Amino acid sequence: MSTLDTARLAPAPLPVDTKKRPRGALAGRWWLYVLLLLGLLAVVGPFLWMFLASIKSQEELLRAPPTWVPESPSLSNYDRLFDRLDFPRYFWNSTFIAGMITLANLVFCSMVGYALAKLRFAGRDKIFLLVLGTLLVPGAVTLVPLFVLMSKLNLVDTPWAVILPVAAGPLGVFLMRQFMQEIPDDLLEAARVDGAGEVRIFTRIVIPLSVPALAALGIVTFLPAWNALLWPLVVLTGEENYTLPVALAIFARGQFQADYGLLMAGSVVLVVPVIIVFLLLQRRFTQSVAHTGLKG
Amino acid sequence: MSEAALGSDQAVPQRSAWSRLRPHLTGWAFAAPFVAIFAIFLAGPILASLVLSFTGFNIGNLQDWFSAEWVGLENYSDAFGDEKFRRAAQNTAVFVLFGVPLTLALGLAAAVGLNQALGRAQGFFRVGYYLPVVTSIVAIAVIWRYLLHPEWGLVNAGLAQVGLDGPNWLARTDTALGSIIALGVWRNFGFDMVIFLAALQGIDRTLYEAARVDGAGPWTIFRRITLPLLKPAVLFLAVITSSGYLQLFEEPFVMTGGGPLNSTLSVSMLVYEEGFRFVNFGYASAIAYILFVVIAALAFLQFRLLRSDQP
Repeated sequence: MSTLDTARLAPAPLPVDTKKRPRGALAGRWWLYVLLLLGLLAVVGPFLWMFLASIKSQEELLRAPPTWVPESPSLSNYDRLFDRLDFPRYFWNSTFIAGMITLANLVFCSMVGYALAKLRFAGRDKIFLLVLGTLLVPGAVTLVPLFVLMSKLNLVDTPWAVILPVAAGPLGVFLMRQFMQEIPDDLLEAARVDGAGEVRIFTRIVIPLSVPALAALGIVTFLPAWNALLWPLVVLTGEENYTLPVALAIFARGQFQADYGLLMAGSVVLVVPVIIVFLLLQRRFTQSVAHTGLKG
Repeated sequence: MSEAALGSDQAVPQRSAWSRLRPHLTGWAFAAPFVAIFAIFLAGPILASLVLSFTGFNIGNLQDWFSAEWVGLENYSDAFGDEKFRRAAQNTAVFVLFGVPLTLALGLAAAVGLNQALGRAQGFFRVGYYLPVVTSIVAIAVIWRYLLHPEWGLVNAGLAQVGLDGPNWLARTDTALGSIIALGVWRNFGFDMVIFLAALQGIDRTLYEAARVDGAGPWTIFRRITLPLLKPAVLFLAVITSSGYLQLFEEPFVMTGGGPLNSTLSVSMLVYEEGFRFVNFGYASAIAYILFVVIAALAFLQFRLLRSDQP
């Protein structure tokens, strides 16, 4: 950063110099790129393998040594997934649950984030301390009491049992509060002087200014909601209510244990939506992670 | 920062009780949905779990909660005497003790490597390395179970190429937990890398130049300048990674079912089994609370250790 700045301020000859440097550095560091590429292969390889295996025949899947390129690619594994098993339903369940959780967090976390960042009221700092205090609580702790509560509320084996407990997560509250604190008070004060109420200020000024934080919140909420296993596994007991991870985990342990074609196709269905979203928004992903991490 | 907000509020003259009460009501109105969800589904259950852990709560008490029998510390003493719990605690500890340093080290190595790479290449590698972090552990565990298959798996086929006879990784007591540690590191180092990379890029380059002028080599610079400046990132990642790893569940659940011979059974898995296969709600709560205390204590310890000896 600072070298760039000095280069920009300095008289003409310097920028030429800095432009030359990278090329020499690249030539001297070829081994670094080889190493990075090998690492990349180890990370991306298994996903590539999953795709290729999902279009192989059962006979080819159980062959030693294994083949990389499918001999006679077919979609029969996917056919079984969608016709014989209820994967369209699981996909819809996952989409509905993760979508509702994300929507609820966007609304509730930005509301409380605004209150914690910009409004003065009794008990405000206590709320924030409680939020911080629960960031590290493991899911296993609330597992049993939540199940007991849900059975009392008659919500066991409904999507609401999965949605409600995480409808406003402490991490989201923390994220929104930190971001909204950066909004200048003068801006809100000017609106108040003009006679705008808090609801109007919130929806017309604060929310439009918080779009980057909302995008980050959407990402960090949707992912764990889409991928979650433990609590949905406990509370979604009927097969028609399974989410994709629950269905895949149960099939992988049970009747389809050795049916690798089916399991690979199931993994593709579970993983591909996330990969697509990730590749579209990847800059935002890694940046939002770095931000929440370093500010905390 | 709260001082500023206070100042602007007090500039408005306050007259009636209503106008004094009003900002509090507005604040609570905005906070209400979160506070309700937080109290009912998070704070309440955290306390309830503690109470449950002193009872013999089981499926018969689901309708009438107060009919559960009070057993005092029995669940806790049972847990420490339970061979299965001790095994699960030991496995989880091994997973954390090896997994956390390895994840941090690999994340740091990848970040340092990427920090040397040029702009476009850096973005490309960062996306690739981060990919497993965003994907479902269930899917990853299913894929790796196939990759590690003794006969049809890619790993042993690769080993056979170089003349090695790979074991049945997930079915042997001496390799199953190690395989799961390796999988954890493989999946999570990308997260640590992104945090380290952001921290590395925040370091003032003139520090490096000054050190170079003073004749410091690359290794000295890394040890004396880079590492100390990375301390906040290390602290953050140590806390986050440890608390995540202590909750190990999906990998053994999908890959080994806790076996062979409980050699990959984790504490979270035991909570699940005791609670929802054997329906010992009280006992499961006690185990979960022990895990909670360990996670909190470890986070506290890491803060003390890494904060106190600042350079």
